[in-house]
Amino acid sequence: MILTVNGVETRCDSPPETRLSAVLRDTLGLTGTKIGCDAGDCGACTVLLDGAQVCACLVPAAQAEGCAVRTVEGLAEDPLGAALQRAFLHHGAAQCGICTPGMLMAAMELLARDPTPSRAAVQDAIGGVLCRCTGYLKIIDAICDAHRFRAPVAAPGDAVGARLPRLDGAAKVAGFDRYGADAAPADALWLRPVRSPHAHARFTLGDVTPLLAAHPGLLRVLTARDVPGANSFGIYPDIKDQPVFADGYVRYRGDCLLALLGTREAVEAVRFNALPIAWEMLPPLDVAAALAPGAPDLHGFRPGNVLTTGRLHCERAAPAEVHVAAGAFETGFVEHAYIEPEAGYAARIGDAIEVFACTQAPYMDREEVARVLGLPQESVRIIPSACGGGFGGKLDVSIQPMIAIAAWITGQPVRAIWTRTESMASSTKRHPARIAARAACDAEGRLVSLDFDGDFDTGAYASWGPTVAGRVPVHASGPYRVPRVRAVARAVYTNNPPSGAFRGFGVPQAAIAQEALYDALADQAGIDRLEFRALNALRAGDTTATGQVIAHSAGLSACLDALRPHWRTLRTEAAAFNAQGGAIRRGTGIACMWYGIGNTGMSNPSTMRISLDPDGRLTFWNGAVDIGQGSTTVLAQIAAEALGLPVAVFALVLGDTALTADAGKTSASRQTFVSGRAAQEAGAALRATILRLTNAGADARLALEGGQLFVDGAPVVLKEALEGIGQFDPPTVPLDADGQGIPYATYGFAAQIASLDVDTRLGTVALRRIVAAHDVGRAVNPTLVEGQIHGGIAQGIGLALMEEYIPGRTENLHDYLIPTAGDVPPIDCILIEDPEPLGPFGAKGIGEPALVPTAPAILSAIHDATGARLHRVPALPHRVLEALNRREMDR
Amino acid sequence: MGRWLRPRSMQEALALLAADPALMPFAGGTDLYPTQAARFAWGQEFPDAMLDLGALPGLAAIEEASDHWRIGARVTWAALRDAALPPEFDALRAAAREVGGAQIQNRGTIAGNLCNASPAADGVPPLLALDAEVELASLRGLRRLCLPDFILGNRRTARAADELVTAVLVPKQGDARRSGFEKLGARRYLVISIVMAAATLRLEQGRIAAAAVAVGACSPVARRLPALEAALRGTRPGELVVTPTHLAGLAPIDDPRASAAYREEAALVVLQRLLARLGDAAGVQAA
Ligand SMILES: Cc1cc2nc3c(=O)[nH]c(=O)nc-3n(C[C@H](O)[C@H](O)[C@H](O)COP(=O)(O)OP(=O)(O)OC[C@H]3O[C@@H](n4cnc5c(N)ncnc54)[C@H](O)[C@@H]3O)c2cc1C
Ligand code: FES
Ligand code: FES
Repeated sequence: MILTVNGVETRCDSPPETRLSAVLRDTLGLTGTKIGCDAGDCGACTVLLDGAQVCACLVPAAQAEGCAVRTVEGLAEDPLGAALQRAFLHHGAAQCGICTPGMLMAAMELLARDPTPSRAAVQDAIGGVLCRCTGYLKIIDAICDAHRFRAPVAAPGDAVGARLPRLDGAAKVAGFDRYGADAAPADALWLRPVRSPHAHARFTLGDVTPLLAAHPGLLRVLTARDVPGANSFGIYPDIKDQPVFADGYVRYRGDCLLALLGTREAVEAVRFNALPIAWEMLPPLDVAAALAPGAPDLHGFRPGNVLTTGRLHCERAAPAEVHVAAGAFETGFVEHAYIEPEAGYAARIGDAIEVFACTQAPYMDREEVARVLGLPQESVRIIPSACGGGFGGKLDVSIQPMIAIAAWITGQPVRAIWTRTESMASSTKRHPARIAARAACDAEGRLVSLDFDGDFDTGAYASWGPTVAGRVPVHASGPYRVPRVRAVARAVYTNNPPSGAFRGFGVPQAAIAQEALYDALADQAGIDRLEFRALNALRAGDTTATGQVIAHSAGLSACLDALRPHWRTLRTEAAAFNAQGGAIRRGTGIACMWYGIGNTGMSNPSTMRISLDPDGRLTFWNGAVDIGQGSTTVLAQIAAEALGLPVAVFALVLGDTALTADAGKTSASRQTFVSGRAAQEAGAALRATILRLTNAGADARLALEGGQLFVDGAPVVLKEALEGIGQFDPPTVPLDADGQGIPYATYGFAAQIASLDVDTRLGTVALRRIVAAHDVGRAVNPTLVEGQIHGGIAQGIGLALMEEYIPGRTENLHDYLIPTAGDVPPIDCILIEDPEPLGPFGAKGIGEPALVPTAPAILSAIHDATGARLHRVPALPHRVLEALNRREMDR
Repeated sequence: MGRWLRPRSMQEALALLAADPALMPFAGGTDLYPTQAARFAWGQEFPDAMLDLGALPGLAAIEEASDHWRIGARVTWAALRDAALPPEFDALRAAAREVGGAQIQNRGTIAGNLCNASPAADGVPPLLALDAEVELASLRGLRRLCLPDFILGNRRTARAADELVTAVLVPKQGDARRSGFEKLGARRYLVISIVMAAATLRLEQGRIAAAAVAVGACSPVARRLPALEAALRGTRPGELVVTPTHLAGLAPIDDPRASAAYREEAALVVLQRLLARLGDAAGVQAA
């Protein structure tokens, strides 16, 4: 058939039922069109078909025949398309970039008929494209603004503090960035896992020979017996509890039984009822069942099913308790919903193995792959693909062990791309929490005590459960001075999906409880909710519940000061609105948070390297993976500033375990702080070497032009390569049995206000505005910081109002709802810069802090509007209405 | 490997279908492909012998005849949304604007929505409130079924395996009517309705002379509400308080989107507001 793609007539012989997305990607090699779901739900595959936006995954090749197809690869040919791409870069509208091609094409449909659209028209146009990173606001800005970018605009500076467009942005808006599914050797075999549809069962696998005979292209069925090394993986070195292939026993719906290996056609043609599997069902355990006396042990090494218990106990002199608030709170499973499902390939090269896949933690992947293959780590090379979103979900290995095993055994390259449903069913989730808490303050509103008891459903496997159990008690009392704290967080094994790392590691769940109780105390004490927080806010010099003195950079008071005028205005507006009466009630809520940057009381070093070759090639060897948050750009800005050369002269080598040093994982909001400091050290070290070599003074001006280094205008001849290496490991002290110690070297602080309307008849919530004040130490790149805040808030909105993963029920993006372009209200970002002396140029982290206060601020506003306190999120309309009715009964 | 047949004429299509009733008609694919994806993920069987309706002539038009409007089976939501139609179609057009996102509206068809027979199909309440009929063709001939006789249950229709839906027919009722649609979901775009309602009203001197009201997502198939329609007659729009007795016949269920009790309560509110809004619109019109 003939397709016209980006103006070029193209002949292709794809079968007529092939999805257009597959034709474009697999047959024509146009991988700019992304696939996030194959079901019309994410819009990542949006292309223009005769000028109309369509999901390429829902268009059969037969129906595209004779039509003009336009994809992201053809966008720049249209001057308006090129303008739109420039606007995206300028506004920071692409973070991980996986949604970007779809966004651009959806926007083009609109811009073609209205080059200066309203925001509402833009929302309608991109309403069918999901973005998990940006919170949409910068995307909408960029689309509205595209007409102003018909000619290239001057780039802003690249100094620390400048709004430098992201360095990997051009590839993302052009559709050329290579994600996990975008590249593989032509002769790669396909691997397709088969997963358990049952949450708890034993199984036996019979003879697969008939299956292999019935499917000629099917080469092998890989099972537990085929694992050359240890058939287990897991984040903690002493808790490798998750099998690559289950060995006769499954612990959750999604556990991997085996993998089919062969040609793509063959593995895709297998229907699982053709597999010789005999099941013996077992009753699935939830938290209550798992903790019940006599419950079976899901893992032999943890009798009683409690994986870890984190504790904090601090008793300091305190005034008498006058006001007391207590309550129970519940949160559900939350799915990361990165738009890029897990994908990649592995290739055996002699006695070594290479894995190209999306990841947040290449060095940890290397350990895991080496372990399952029984190889030394040096024999494993991890090459991270561009990462289409992670949010904690790509810290654990997913496809890596199994494709590595398959490639190792067969000697042939092996690739895999998970379907959306497989991704959601198998990957880790945010821990559901059941929290009982009690807080008290004195007559003046000074906090006296917090008691916190939380059960966190860690699911079938440990993953990051111990991290959550460790982090929650530290943060449970919030960013306040609380003299008496008793906090316990248990991670409990169940037959649910493994809960792992998700933006905040349990702190967002804890904040929902803690902030609700502090609201209640403020009300009882008759103190404004913002002033109550200002009164109790941790300040520099204060001692935390772990006994740590926060010496510097505790900007919560500054955040609250910045919010105060907004708070007053929004409260006044709400009062005026509510005075009119009616079913719609307006409310204003506030919540604060703190967040320890980096690992909890554990070493988490980063090493950065900058080299300067005699031929003048300046290379930044940066092992940190940019998952969209912007570390590639931020670390380059820091390194450049420390060295004294512009960002543009650096060549970048990024996150490849064979080339770069270990920068640690992209998690815990640590890359700007930890790797940033290492980058600063590396830049400074190279600078010192150059200055020493040239006997130049400390403030000498460096330049690098056409491969020639100049110091204070004088050319320098380099006889040998120079390098600067920087290392940083934030100083911490491990927590003792009572949770005392110095868990983190620094903390991010923030406060957010939510203004919203509750429809008291329908229980629906309409967000009006979020005002977010964040102490980031130093905003190395304010556009990227705002992007993190917007994106974190969008995820906080999802947590508060709509997201709930229910195995077997909401395992697609149709039934699992994340915010769309119409669900994020205007956000005011206020950046507070209370510098952290340990951080690079004073910077701390922002990735996770952005999300933590949003849900509690929204719940606070719902309570303010209606008097109804939600004890369970998401606050779906029926839950809000139930809470309203309960409130009426309580009266 | 599946089968894909792409007939160029209705006669050919009907002959293919008669010869192989297992063939699945394929219009916009916005229901079929997602179902395939969901089943593929768990290694389940899915239909893969398709009769592509994309090349059939004459199914993509909205036509006005003397006593009815004819909406071709392949008319998309976008075409309906953008069509110039009389006000009794406002509800249907509003529903079209709320289906999925722009991509789904550009591809999904009205007939696909009816044939898929989801309890939450947004096209059904507005068409119920328009007394629409479904036209079916087979080699045996043409027949028409009124919508309640066509959609029999959750994912069940009266379509025989050798039949295609060729059009949705909306009778002209001779007098000016106004209509409206309300959809309630947990997010702004791309959302399946928790509850939705459509109403078509004929007013005489500010009072309701005839009402057709339907609610979806509160029963296996969206339903008209005869008790409410009867009670509305003679009242001013918005005047009547909608009560649970008016909802006789609805049987909402609990699912992850909402509880049954909530759906029942929300249906009352949505209906009350929809009727009030239609009254306001009438007032504006009269003034
Ligand atoms: C992201 C997304 C969002 C959605 N949002 C909504 C929403 O908000 N509201 C809503 O109601 N729906 C929604 N849908 C569902 C879907 O888009 C609609 O039901 C659409 O109208 C189906 O039309 P189609 O042409 O794509 O049907 P197809 O997928 O082609 O077919 C659907 C069914 O109808 C049959 N069929 C189609 N045409 C004929 C015919 N002429 N004769 C006989 N049988 C036929 C097919 O065999 C199949 O069983 C959504 C879908 C997606 C993917
Ligand atoms: S891949 Fe097509 S909509 Fe998600
Ligand atoms: S930038 Fe939109 S999903 Fe990552």
